[in-house]
Amino acid sequence: MSQSYDRGTIEDFGRWRDFSAGMWAWVFHKFTGWVLIGYLFTHIAVLSTATAADPTVYTNTISGLEDLLIVRLLEVGLLAVAVFHILNGIRLLFVDLGMGLTAQDKTFYLSLVLTGAIVVASVPTFVGGKL
Amino acid sequence: MAEQYSSFQRGGTRWVLQRLTAVFLIGVLAFHFMLLHFVNHAADITFLGTQARMSQVGYFATMWLFLVTATFHGVNGVYNALINMGLEGSRKRAVGGVLALAGLLLILQGTRVAIAMTNLL
Repeated sequence: MSQSYDRGTIEDFGRWRDFSAGMWAWVFHKFTGWVLIGYLFTHIAVLSTATAADPTVYTNTISGLEDLLIVRLLEVGLLAVAVFHILNGIRLLFVDLGMGLTAQDKTFYLSLVLTGAIVVASVPTFVGGKL
Repeated sequence: MAEQYSSFQRGGTRWVLQRLTAVFLIGVLAFHFMLLHFVNHAADITFLGTQARMSQVGYFATMWLFLVTATFHGVNGVYNALINMGLEGSRKRAVGGVLALAGLLLILQGTRVAIAMTNLL
């Protein structure tokens, strides 16, 4: 039998020390979602160089950006954000289907661990290259 | 204890569409990252390589659907996050209008870019 507790308003971030796993999952999903939609607009803006009459504009823009270490590091951050949003999104879909609600805190921790593992394993691919 | 937090009112049309687009995006976003960072290194992307991929009907269709579903999922998510934070009344309608317009413009520009990348059309 589940019980419910009044944990207060989740938007009251000042009491973050009291947040449960589910509340952190909600906050992280919101944060990663905002980053991803912001990136989508930026991504289309950069890819718009493909509409230039000269195709080298597109190639040189991407190559020039990838030459910058800060861009490659930001891409690792983007990967972390995307992987967490995907894994936590799968977790949310299962909860919506009525599966895994009682283990939702454990699956949140699993999402974090898997995100960390995938990101760490991807660092050489993302950061390596033309230093 | 098990608790569930959601910014959506369960069962609504936007709630269902958010989940349907999520299912599609999980696969396509992972595929996009794999193809353009691991199979092809991002630094090695060229217009000719992009054009070769985008000139395959299946790939073009997948990427265009990716654009449309990601835009809907993102803009709808932002709209719901703002409603969750107390947006209502005329401000809600105004913000909804601005977000819908921004989403539409993104899809139009993304389509323009996709067409520029392909030799299918």
